[in-house]
Amino acid sequence: MSELVIKDVSFSYLNGFSLRQIDLKVEAGEMVALIGPNGSGKTTLIKLAAGVLTPRQGEVLLDGASLKSLSRREVAQRIAVVPQYFYMPFAFTVGEVVMLGRTPFIRTLSGETDMDHNVAMRAMELTGIEHFSSRTFNELSGGERQKAILAMTLAQEPKLLLLDEPTVHLDINHQVAILELVRGLNRGQAVTVIGAMHDLNLAALYFDRLILLKEGAIFAEGSPSAVLTERTIHDVFGASVRIEEHPLAKVPHIILLPNESKIDKP
Amino acid sequence: MRPKKQGFLILTILAVLLVGSMFLASAFGAVFILPVDIAKMSLNKLPFVNLESTWQPTHEIIFFQIRLLRVVGGALIGAALATAGVLFQGLLRNPLADPYIIGTSSGALFGATLVIIFIPATLSLWGFGIISIAAFLGALGAVFLVYNLALVAGKTPVVSLVLAGFAVGAFFTAITWLILSVSGEFQHKLGVVFDFLLGAIRVNNWLQITVAACLILSGIVLARFFAFHLNAFSLGEEGAAYLGINVERDKLLVLGLGSFLTAYAVCLGGLIGFVGLVTPHAMRLILGPDHRLLLPATALAGASFLVLADLGARIIIAPTELRLGILTALIGAPFFIYLLRRHRKEYAF
Repeated sequence: MSELVIKDVSFSYLNGFSLRQIDLKVEAGEMVALIGPNGSGKTTLIKLAAGVLTPRQGEVLLDGASLKSLSRREVAQRIAVVPQYFYMPFAFTVGEVVMLGRTPFIRTLSGETDMDHNVAMRAMELTGIEHFSSRTFNELSGGERQKAILAMTLAQEPKLLLLDEPTVHLDINHQVAILELVRGLNRGQAVTVIGAMHDLNLAALYFDRLILLKEGAIFAEGSPSAVLTERTIHDVFGASVRIEEHPLAKVPHIILLPNESKIDKP
Repeated sequence: MRPKKQGFLILTILAVLLVGSMFLASAFGAVFILPVDIAKMSLNKLPFVNLESTWQPTHEIIFFQIRLLRVVGGALIGAALATAGVLFQGLLRNPLADPYIIGTSSGALFGATLVIIFIPATLSLWGFGIISIAAFLGALGAVFLVYNLALVAGKTPVVSLVLAGFAVGAFFTAITWLILSVSGEFQHKLGVVFDFLLGAIRVNNWLQITVAACLILSGIVLARFFAFHLNAFSLGEEGAAYLGINVERDKLLVLGLGSFLTAYAVCLGGLIGFVGLVTPHAMRLILGPDHRLLLPATALAGASFLVLADLGARIIIAPTELRLGILTALIGAPFFIYLLRRHRKEYAF
């Protein structure tokens, strides 16, 4: 379990997009979602938290230590990232891809040990992919791939797991399966989770706290019911919605409203 | 991951194949030398071995002064180009990244030609010193030029890499022709020029081979140190960074090492294409994509491939010799087209 503090962080790309003065503290063991429209800075914030982008101003602290003071390898021993999509150019098997997760722990020439094999095997069991470990990664469906990537990041034994829209290309059954797995890790293995989420209802259903971004700044944050209001959705997304309560989970559920003309039809 | 024992077995088989290819290539030519004699002559060079001479003295001269030089030279060039191919392919995540196709060889040739023409004192030192340094700088320049031209949103897609490689390669080759054409040497050294541009093994003495062997073999050993990280690079530069890899450093070192191996191969044999394409692909089909086994296996297979190709170049239209680069292109180009077809999904509009 690790806590992450983003302290007064600003960042800008060459193309002009920037994040402005982000202050965010994620407690150890929390499960936090970053939400907001495309281009609001979710992915950029994930990359800053992962240390692959460096803030222009401010700093990112992992358990009190600035990411800048840690080597790439030290960061990877504690933080794992599930990206939206991996293109794999070569015919690695699922087992080999999962074993890549051990990279930050393996010495370049000695190769993987029995312990590395055990950790990779356990990661495959946790994600339920051990039965296709010898299949070629590229032959998997989107959902199976994402599970394999999740297993790879678990083999990294992270204290903090970052997800960059992990469900965005998946069918709904896989969306639910992936997020169930992630929440299981958060609750069972005490992994801190920060996920950029495209789907607001999924974010409300699976995450404890939501951070709503608009144009590179934090617009609102708090519990799903505090953040997802008709007002904030309108202000940030420019969309008219109605918020109902999810009948089972007791979290807000967003109802999309089509044009009035359509509603009037019998 | 495959068990270590199996990997060792495969490397042993490939090493035996290489020795076999070298025997074969030493035996055939204008004069046939019995493989038994080759074995005896070679053993005789070892300390404390003194075999009775059953072979003709002229054969000994042909074998040691001409044929073996060329065979060992071919093996070194093949190993260097094949290893460079695996390094480029792994780093650029692109199975078509052969040093010839992506213009690296042309860059090296350009660098070498500049020195050969404008610093005439070094003319006699083929493949040595300042020429190889210039070839290395030319190769490195071409790699980074092509890499940056081909880069689209953090990736080097097949099409843009091939196009950028073609453009840069054509440009460097054209300038090389230009320099050669306006230089006074051109008319007198047409044979050498053709050797360089069409690819032919040019090794003159054992000193040259010894230096080349030391450098190319250390390059191949060094490449093995990056094998594990190259596996992580198959997830892309960002994916590799997430796995704790210092991406910018590794990229510089791997591209540098690939350029170095290409440059040295070009100094010994000019432009020889497709070795770095055919052998890595064949090895990946047999052994899988794990670079820890792939790198040494491809080096051995590339060496065998080029030794046999050079044998073919010598005997196919005997008594005339075909230039080696022509033969490798005849084998490699259809293979390249096949790979391009296989990856067509990536550039369908």
